[in-house]
Amino acid sequence: MAAHLKKRVYEEFTKVVQQQHEELSAKKLRLAKPSKSAALHVDLCKAASPADALQHLLHFARRPVEVESVEGVVRILLEHYYKENDASVRLKIASLLGLLSKTAGFSPDCIMDDAINTLQNEKSHQVLAQLLDTLLVIGTKLTDSPPVRMRLVEVACKHLTDSSHGVRNKCLQLIGCLGPVEKGVAKEVESQSAKDVQKIIGDHFNDQDPRVRTAAIKAMLQLHERGLKLQQAIYCQACKLLADDYEQVRSAAVQLIWVLSQLYPESIVPIPSSNEEIRLVDDAFGKICHMVSDGSWVVRVQAAKLLGSMQQVSSHFLEQTLDKKLMSDLRRKRTAHERAKELYSSGEFSSGRKWGDDAPKEEIDTGAVNLIESGACGAFVHGLEDEMYEVRIAAVEALCMLAQSSPSFAEKCLDFLVDMFNDEIEEVRLQSIHTMRKISNNITLREDQLDTVLAVLEDSSRDIREALHELLCCTNVSTKEGIHLALVELLKNLTKYPTDRESIWKCLKFLGSRHPTLVLPLVPELLSTHPFFDTPEPDMDDPAYIAVLVLIFNAAKSCPTMPALFSDHTFRHYAYLRDSLSHLVPALRLPGRKLVSSPVSPSITPNEDPCQQFLHQSLERVYNLQHLDPQGVQELLEFTIRDLQRLGELQSELAGMADFTATYLQCQLLLIKALQEKLWNVAAPLYLKQNALASAAAKQILEETYKMEFMYSGVEGRQVVIIHHMRLQAKALQLIVTARTTRGAEPLFGMCEKFLQEVDSFQRCFISELPHMQGSFVDKLLDLMPRLVTSKPSEVVKILQTTLRQSTFLHLPLPEQLHRATATIIEPTGESDNPLRFTSGLVVALDVDATLEHVQDPQGTVKVQVLYPDGQAQLIHPKPADFRNPGPGRHRLITQVYLSHTAWTEPCQIEVRLLLAYNSNRSKAAKMPKSTWSDSMEALPPSENGIEGTIPFSKPVKVYIMPKPARR
Amino acid sequence: LSSFSLRPGAGQDVGRSCILVSIAGKNVMLDCGMHMGYNDDRRFPDFSYITQNGRLTDFLDCVIISHFHLDHCGALPYFSEMVGYDGPIYMTHPTKAICPILLEDYRKITVDKKGETNFFTSQMIKDCMKKVVAVHLHQTVQVDEELEIKAYYAGHVLGAAMFQIKVGCESVVYTGDYNMTPDRHLGAAWIDKCRPDLLISESTYATTIRDSKRCRERDFLKKVHETVERGGKVLIPVFALGRAQELCILLETFWERMNLKAPIYFSTGLTEKANHYYKLFITWTNQKIRKTFVQRNMFEFKHIKAFDRAYADNPGPMVVFATPGMLHAGQSLQIFRKWAGNEKNMVIMPGYCVQGTVGHKILSGQRKLEMEGRQILEVKMQVEYMSFSAHADAKGIMQLIRQAEPRNVLLVHGEAKKMEFLKQKIEQEFHVSCYMPANGETTTIFTNPSIPVDISLGLLKRETAIGLLPDAKKPKLMHGTLIMKDNSFRLVSSEQALKELGLAEHQLRFTCRVHIQDPRKEHETGLRVYNHLKAILKDYSVQHLPDGSITVESILIQATAHSEDQGTKVLLVSWTYQDEELGSYLTSLLKKGLPQSTA
Repeated sequence: MAAHLKKRVYEEFTKVVQQQHEELSAKKLRLAKPSKSAALHVDLCKAASPADALQHLLHFARRPVEVESVEGVVRILLEHYYKENDASVRLKIASLLGLLSKTAGFSPDCIMDDAINTLQNEKSHQVLAQLLDTLLVIGTKLTDSPPVRMRLVEVACKHLTDSSHGVRNKCLQLIGCLGPVEKGVAKEVESQSAKDVQKIIGDHFNDQDPRVRTAAIKAMLQLHERGLKLQQAIYCQACKLLADDYEQVRSAAVQLIWVLSQLYPESIVPIPSSNEEIRLVDDAFGKICHMVSDGSWVVRVQAAKLLGSMQQVSSHFLEQTLDKKLMSDLRRKRTAHERAKELYSSGEFSSGRKWGDDAPKEEIDTGAVNLIESGACGAFVHGLEDEMYEVRIAAVEALCMLAQSSPSFAEKCLDFLVDMFNDEIEEVRLQSIHTMRKISNNITLREDQLDTVLAVLEDSSRDIREALHELLCCTNVSTKEGIHLALVELLKNLTKYPTDRESIWKCLKFLGSRHPTLVLPLVPELLSTHPFFDTPEPDMDDPAYIAVLVLIFNAAKSCPTMPALFSDHTFRHYAYLRDSLSHLVPALRLPGRKLVSSPVSPSITPNEDPCQQFLHQSLERVYNLQHLDPQGVQELLEFTIRDLQRLGELQSELAGMADFTATYLQCQLLLIKALQEKLWNVAAPLYLKQNALASAAAKQILEETYKMEFMYSGVEGRQVVIIHHMRLQAKALQLIVTARTTRGAEPLFGMCEKFLQEVDSFQRCFISELPHMQGSFVDKLLDLMPRLVTSKPSEVVKILQTTLRQSTFLHLPLPEQLHRATATIIEPTGESDNPLRFTSGLVVALDVDATLEHVQDPQGTVKVQVLYPDGQAQLIHPKPADFRNPGPGRHRLITQVYLSHTAWTEPCQIEVRLLLAYNSNRSKAAKMPKSTWSDSMEALPPSENGIEGTIPFSKPVKVYIMPKPARR
Repeated sequence: LSSFSLRPGAGQDVGRSCILVSIAGKNVMLDCGMHMGYNDDRRFPDFSYITQNGRLTDFLDCVIISHFHLDHCGALPYFSEMVGYDGPIYMTHPTKAICPILLEDYRKITVDKKGETNFFTSQMIKDCMKKVVAVHLHQTVQVDEELEIKAYYAGHVLGAAMFQIKVGCESVVYTGDYNMTPDRHLGAAWIDKCRPDLLISESTYATTIRDSKRCRERDFLKKVHETVERGGKVLIPVFALGRAQELCILLETFWERMNLKAPIYFSTGLTEKANHYYKLFITWTNQKIRKTFVQRNMFEFKHIKAFDRAYADNPGPMVVFATPGMLHAGQSLQIFRKWAGNEKNMVIMPGYCVQGTVGHKILSGQRKLEMEGRQILEVKMQVEYMSFSAHADAKGIMQLIRQAEPRNVLLVHGEAKKMEFLKQKIEQEFHVSCYMPANGETTTIFTNPSIPVDISLGLLKRETAIGLLPDAKKPKLMHGTLIMKDNSFRLVSSEQALKELGLAEHQLRFTCRVHIQDPRKEHETGLRVYNHLKAILKDYSVQHLPDGSITVESILIQATAHSEDQGTKVLLVSWTYQDEELGSYLTSLLKKGLPQSTA
């Protein structure tokens, strides 16, 4: 009850402010309204010449008009419209009418009649077109009234016979946007005029002006978008438009054909000049394929893009798109692809080709050669060889989409995709590598293809190489030679670009685990073991050797016979790597040694991971032991936290979960510790030491809760409640500590107020979750709420203290998937001893390259922080374009950070780190886009009711810099 | 009816391109090439074909050169300076820049090396180039009031163009050599839907459909890369212009991409000069080079350096481009002799080799070569063949025809047997007639020209207002008078025509009598006819006049009793010739008789 009262007080308070605000703005409006339209009126009357009037209108258009005065202004404008003789002024007025009716909150139905009336007597085509445009604006604002739409469509139909293309254009646009879509309504209102907008539009498909033809097709597409089912009869007309002379018509026609093919995929259409029939979607596919070799590249891009989404097409047609018959002097020739395939199947690979190897073989029947392909033949062959890279990219994308839906097509298009790896434009190469990755489930690479793919590993672009590693991770290789080849090339890559280390190891990990049987025969060679002689032990720090071991160990995981081939030092290296690179090296069941983690392995169900089990067991232990003596609880928590942290290090897939719970337990531990302090009862002056500890604990808990809330992806509502609950406890602790250390009740009053407000908002936000929180702090607090509201601050503090102590420890339920956001700065490496020298006062660009994992919306949240030795900190927001998305859940930040400083006497190190910005509003309300991309200093302006802050989530990297004094 | 006549100098032959086109009274010579295979008079076209007596300048309106290859421009100085032609010569800017270099080189080889006399001199080349008018792509050049030409991009080599020649509404497109697939330094040929009366297309690869360029490029790069990694040397014999630049770009970008360090050398001389022009004419190159030249001009090679004779003996891997392309003489042969003995090395022949050259011998597998001075050279190095041709293949030719939509096609610059195949295909697929004249043969093509007629706006508006919606694509019937006067055609209204010709207007009326069996009175019959017509002709104004006659629009119908038989009424129908259609319809209607009135 009291809480309710309190709320009302607050509400009233805020209301007062608002009222003042409203009054102010209302006053302004009243002042502005008469003056503005009147001024316009006076201006227009005074205007001596049309040019003068035009100037006034232009001037007027620059200022916004308030909703209330729109109608008045419109009346004035219309009055002048009728009087005006000059077409250009009328045109301007017409366009102003359109602009005015767009004003938010203004309902333009009152001016519609006037606007239609003006149409009657207008002679100038341009003004007519503009007026129709205005009507379109009005119509789009009044879409929910069918009679208005009907009327406008009628007006448009009347003007369709106009001789100017501009007017016809606008009419069609109007019909497209406003034409009746629902069949039933159309019949009811007036079956005559609304009989068939489709037919009306369709009649203009053969208009003499290409712009009108385009507008007609666009109007048709607009109708489709608004939900009208287009008639199949249009298909024929649209096909004719494909041969139009103008590219915009063809481009729109391609779209229309595509729409129709999606609407009526299964209907049957006849093939002209023969009495056969095919499915409409196949026919349309053939036609669009034909447009891939159109004269205009705009049409080609359009066509290539649309091909990708035609997945209902029959496989026969689909496979034709990759077909190209070669010939030389009328004799059949095999393509390089076919030759490569043959060489491969004959068992001979990579032979040096001789002149005449590609000599043509059998004679071709001249009649059978089809030079102009009638259907889908070779569409992709053309598209991929196109002059413009836009077309090539579109073709690759389409290929990707089609291949994803058809495994047999995927197999066939492989050769072509591999070819694209050597395109001259990097974007195209990258796109084709990504495409290949996406379809890799459906394909197995032949050795010759693998060879070409691997050749790209030497590319100097890091993006390309990493995309390729990513591709190799999920590729199927067919032979052991292939694996060997891949390994050799990857090692070559490693020596050439040592920074690729991590990426290559990861790639080999997947390569090994996917092909255990192919790796097995290679093991002795790879480890260079010899049946009789001991070979020297390889260097454990050699990245290449580690790479080989990663491959072998991952293969050994599902191949129990493999460890028998290892030599002694391999086992030792295994133990070392398992510990140091646990995310790359899996647990192996090695002969002769027991696995620590699974002593009872047979009893474990296969899908229950022992680590997972361990996690749950340790958590349960903690949650069950509620009533131990404080000392015991503390110790148990400490041990569990340590265990969890270690588990997280060992098991990468459980790291998120383990860290998350460990953080939570840590908070709990801190809270308990703070409350267990024996000095709580000591008089105020003696608090100092204890005070420091408790307030530090409160602060840390707050920080940790923000981390928990914002640094993990996959956090659900249940967890958020508990995190917020923990935060509330921390705030209570803070309040208690301050109450103890400050004298006088005055400052405390405000703090109590604030705290109670927060409890209140917690209750409001998580009302549905409260039943699950029996016996918790907040539960008890809410019971005591009436008392708290009425009591004095000192009493409040006392109550809080006891509640905090008595409250039970809440279970933290774990979500299915939990990942912690991590960032690794790859560049700068921080190893350089050479300072980066630059002239003070000028800027130097520092390349920053980092990988981010499990960061949601990195564009909005990830910042770069630069810490100078003088304590100055700079926060940089990277551009959205600097983030790339190489794989699900992964991001890559490649950006430049601009550094500048006044002159130093000697080089010094600055720290660069990545921060995750958060805003406590974000979790509740929809994500608010932040519009400021400009660099700003550390202190972010705190928003009204949300707390913004940043969490460092990468290790800082030190960069040695040296700003030199400017030389004169 | 109009006609073209054509006389190709290289009809069914590769080399010595020279075509004479007569179009609507204008004579245009397309290309002026030489034949590489001959060293006597036959190397140049026989210009006496053009005109036996009289000067060439009077006969020819202009000369057009499509690109700088010698088989398209080699005879130009001979033609203009020695035979004598002072009219304009049109070519694109890059062609104008590079053409004299090649001509000079050609002259040097013929005169200085082979010691021929009676050949054109350097001064003649200069004088000849002074007559050249350079054109831009898609620029319409008015040669005179009637003749206009326009250039389109053709790929093939830098500055190669296709030309549209237009007189009035008749037009010819001459392709020169063109390439429909883009390569590393040039784009693909492109033409708009200009619908010429005749398309003259080259047909070098009339019977070939080529594989994707990418495979060939990849093979080439792989071979070079492997050899260089092994520590071997790669020799690529090339001709100075065209393919050499493409291969350079290819290797340059590959080196850049793969971060390779081995040096690439380019034999100096002509090529250096030519590279300079490639740098200048960036707008003529392909998309990639055009887009990236702001950062860096692709022809400013980073990894490719000028070659010095001494470098051939340097240890370690290297790639050398050397001229000439067939290994028959010069630097490429010298380097070849030095490197042939090592099996780590490789020679890549990027083009076709003429029989008898060293290039041809090694390509056909010969491993022991007899050099000058009875030396035997054993070839241990690897020999590779890699074809990079820049002509359109059969598919490309068909694609161009599809783009341009010509009414006739004429094939030149190819072998007769191959052209036969393509001709048959073209006729079958496009249903247009196709010609393939032999050297010196004249082909005449008849066209169906449309004749422009001026029409007064008033008449046009009046006539279009009559009838229903103006339908764009359908022919429409119009009434007017065609006046042919002073070589111009005008369509005017008949009144104006009468006024202009000073003639009085005559009216022509048709009258027709229709007999109807009707026993009633005359005016009753009239009334019945009126009612009948009123019922049928709803769209027309049918009036019953007080004197008993009926008018339908301007047609008059009167009913009178037959002088002999009162039971028969005679309907007199009269109309002017303008209303012929309606009048005859009415008569036929009336002849069917009136419906039996129920009243």
